[in-house]
Amino acid sequence: MTSVQLAGASDADLAEVALTRSEYVHLVASLGREPNRLELGIVGALWSEHCSYKTSRPLLGTLPTTGPRVLQGPGENAGAVDIGRGLACVFKIESHNHPSAIEPYQGAATGVGGILRDIFTMGARPIALLDSLRFGPLDEPHQRHLFDGVVAGIGGYGNCIGVPTVGGELYFDESYRTNCLVNAMCVGIVEQGKLTRATASGPGNLVLLVGADTGRDGIHGASFASVVLDAESAARRPAVQVGNPFLEKCLMEACLELAGDPRVIAMQDLGAAGLCGSTAELAHRGGCGIEIDVARASRRETGMTPYEVMLSESQERMLIVARPADVGSLQQVFERWDLHSDVVAVILPEQRFVVRDGADHVCDLPLDLLVDGAPLRGAPGPRPHRPAPMDADGGPAPSWTPDEALLHLLGSPNIGSRASVYRRYDHQVGDATVILPGGDAALVRVDGTPIGLALATDGNSRYAALDARQGAMIAVCEAARNVVATGAKPAAVTNCLNFANPEHADVWWDLHDAIAGLGDACRALDIPVVSGNVSLYNDTGGTGIDPTIVIGMVGVIDDVSRRCTAGFRDEGDLVALVGPVATELGGSEYQRMAHGVNAGTPPHLDIDLERRVQAFVLEAVAADLLGSAHDCAEGGIAIAIAESCLLGDIGASVDIVELGRGEGLINGAAGILFGESQSRFVISFAREALVRLHELAGRHSVPFRGLGSVGGERVCVTGCIDVSLADVRRVHEGALIERE
Amino acid sequence: MRFGIAVFPGTWSDRDCRHAVELAGHEAVMLWHKDRDLQGADCVILPGGFAYGDYLRAGAVARFAPLMESVAEFANSGGLVWGICNGFQILCEAHLLPGALTRNSSLEFRCVPTWLRVETLDSVFTAGCERGSVLQIPISHGEGRYVADEATLGTLERDDRVAFRYVRRDGSDAGDESPNGSMHDIAGILNEGRNVLGMMPHPERACEPLLGSSDGMRLFASVAKSVSGSGAMPVAAAL
Repeated sequence: MTSVQLAGASDADLAEVALTRSEYVHLVASLGREPNRLELGIVGALWSEHCSYKTSRPLLGTLPTTGPRVLQGPGENAGAVDIGRGLACVFKIESHNHPSAIEPYQGAATGVGGILRDIFTMGARPIALLDSLRFGPLDEPHQRHLFDGVVAGIGGYGNCIGVPTVGGELYFDESYRTNCLVNAMCVGIVEQGKLTRATASGPGNLVLLVGADTGRDGIHGASFASVVLDAESAARRPAVQVGNPFLEKCLMEACLELAGDPRVIAMQDLGAAGLCGSTAELAHRGGCGIEIDVARASRRETGMTPYEVMLSESQERMLIVARPADVGSLQQVFERWDLHSDVVAVILPEQRFVVRDGADHVCDLPLDLLVDGAPLRGAPGPRPHRPAPMDADGGPAPSWTPDEALLHLLGSPNIGSRASVYRRYDHQVGDATVILPGGDAALVRVDGTPIGLALATDGNSRYAALDARQGAMIAVCEAARNVVATGAKPAAVTNCLNFANPEHADVWWDLHDAIAGLGDACRALDIPVVSGNVSLYNDTGGTGIDPTIVIGMVGVIDDVSRRCTAGFRDEGDLVALVGPVATELGGSEYQRMAHGVNAGTPPHLDIDLERRVQAFVLEAVAADLLGSAHDCAEGGIAIAIAESCLLGDIGASVDIVELGRGEGLINGAAGILFGESQSRFVISFAREALVRLHELAGRHSVPFRGLGSVGGERVCVTGCIDVSLADVRRVHEGALIERE
Repeated sequence: MRFGIAVFPGTWSDRDCRHAVELAGHEAVMLWHKDRDLQGADCVILPGGFAYGDYLRAGAVARFAPLMESVAEFANSGGLVWGICNGFQILCEAHLLPGALTRNSSLEFRCVPTWLRVETLDSVFTAGCERGSVLQIPISHGEGRYVADEATLGTLERDDRVAFRYVRRDGSDAGDESPNGSMHDIAGILNEGRNVLGMMPHPERACEPLLGSSDGMRLFASVAKSVSGSGAMPVAAAL
């Protein structure tokens, strides 16, 4: 070994690589020697929370990950499910929060680039992207800057590479003022026989590094993502990578040409911790070892040290494992796309992680220690006592009439139209987007088949802030409802768990509870979790985000022509509510707007009722009984009805008898109109279907209330709300537009 | 008939164009940017995308591709060339069409449905439409604002070379609803020989009712009719 040995690492050395003193002591004890500086950096990257999941791993094991459709559960680059006709749907969601907080355009762009690579690494052609975004209040200039930069970055990457951005979600809340969230989901399709794994095998086989040259960008990105942000974070801009979607497009097409090719033993993209993370994972999955020669990697600049080459997070790079005899012919495939490919490593029989710089051996670590050796972290303290829920009302109710309340909510950045966002994303390339953004879930046709995939992301953090377990369960249920509203049956889930600093007991226990709730809901609805990502340390200067459990859901409908949409369709159709009526306002957008608080208990959830309601809607859509189906979410029944009017460009008149007459907007009525009770859909249907729907509701034991009918050009709730559709549209469309 | 579809690195509407051509019942062959052989195509489509990344200026690098030498020769000898979105940008950069496509007046990317009024029937691309008919075809671009000097615009108008104009849904002038701020609301133009069409909207995305519109199929059918005489609207698209 020719590198400098550390005679006991200083606190500054450890801070640089984000390791604790006790982790360092454990490392030295396990190695039986001091690591050198390069080894310390490599261990720091792989033992970072981002790579090692040292906090979340002990908790994630409780999630249900198997089912008849599951072809690949967690552990690979992405999960995969069987969607019929010999095809697999490959998908995953991942966060890019820390980089986006520092440099919104590139942070978001490379988040998209990273999740795309996770999908085409498995041999699947990406067919859809979704993004789940969170910012602080939109009326603050810095938040507008972040929001605009992130949207531009997502569009800049996705539009250029030619994968449609078909959906997602967007919330604004004080909790994200210093930590915005950018979670990107990608969905791809591959013939099952061509699913490619990232498992190296065959000692003596070679590893090609393909794509971009390696530069100094993004060094220590994984560690950066695993610490809280502070006043100096802006100075860490060098830890943010710069994306090149054109290069990724070429890399993607070249890799897809090789999907299922017997010459490719394994494929692994370079993401967090760069060459170091990808080579270690590749070898570790295959139970072998790897020897990397950094001198053989093409560089963007001269004078880079082995440390910099190993830890660079330069984007648009891929590893291919192949037999020596096949390397030449594989390189020709990449040359056709004008892509560099360098043989940078060889597979070893023993589980060692060796790095050379030409003739110099600069790192030699046991692979197990590197990949699996990070000391796991348990609860930092006992479960903290939570004060009893506050009164849900907070302050006195404003003197809004019901009309005004409806319009205030429709104009809320959390409820209003997202058209000004998604019109900046190409959401139609691929000739497959059947249900465009703006409804409950996007619906994408699978090329060459009548199969449709319904795609949604969901995760209302206000509920989770009040009760992490309940919030996680609701996130699963709502994502499933969005998928079910199109007539698709939920197939599997990917999740992104965004939390604050888990070294604080309250955050750790929220994470614990959220994962428990996630597992409970997925088990109850029989939807396995096939992939996911955990993003911790979303905390700046001691202010952390609310627990944000983002669920990405994929549903399958065997024939897209049998889909259902959310907009009211025909004049004279009847409108009904499926599910319970209640007056609860805890965690609602109305509560936040009217009372300025997020308090009380989140909406009640009866998971068994939820399951029955979803089964009812699926059966009703399959029997072609419905004109529309729309999930009741933020803003409750009143907003759901207004949205169905907007999407169908037709009015509706409903009567909610429980409201009583002439009482004004007392809280009970506000709860009925705007409360966010769960397990509900607003549906519409032709008069002739009423009897059969009643019978179906009885068979599934779900509450079913006729509300009124579709028609006219106004949104009316008898004795309560009467607003023209034009006013509703004007307010809704203006919600995200910057006011001069 | 046979459509040749150009594939530059960064092209992404190639697959959609092939889908539309095959849906229309015709043959599609992919033309690689490094090749010069047009493989006997009756009509060459330059599809949408970001050829070579479009980092310099949309279409500025693609015009130098070996394939483009053959395309220019083909166009100059009367061959049918159809530039869509990025393809329109490339045709302008290659001086096969006049004018230029600049950043949208909104300074933002726009993916929205647009309504196009067919302004001339005097081209193989539009002969199958009715004069003044309105087609619903989406756009998806950041640089689609057509600009040209007054003399060029005058020539285009006088010679009936404006193929499509952005209009409102009811066919009336776009006014302040222009999706990108194009001069004269121009969405597509023809060359002097009327055998080269450039348009920013994506007809290949509007070939099935399932995807919201089948108006784009009229253009594919029109080209096919002029070449092979069999340009009936395919059953799948007419449904």
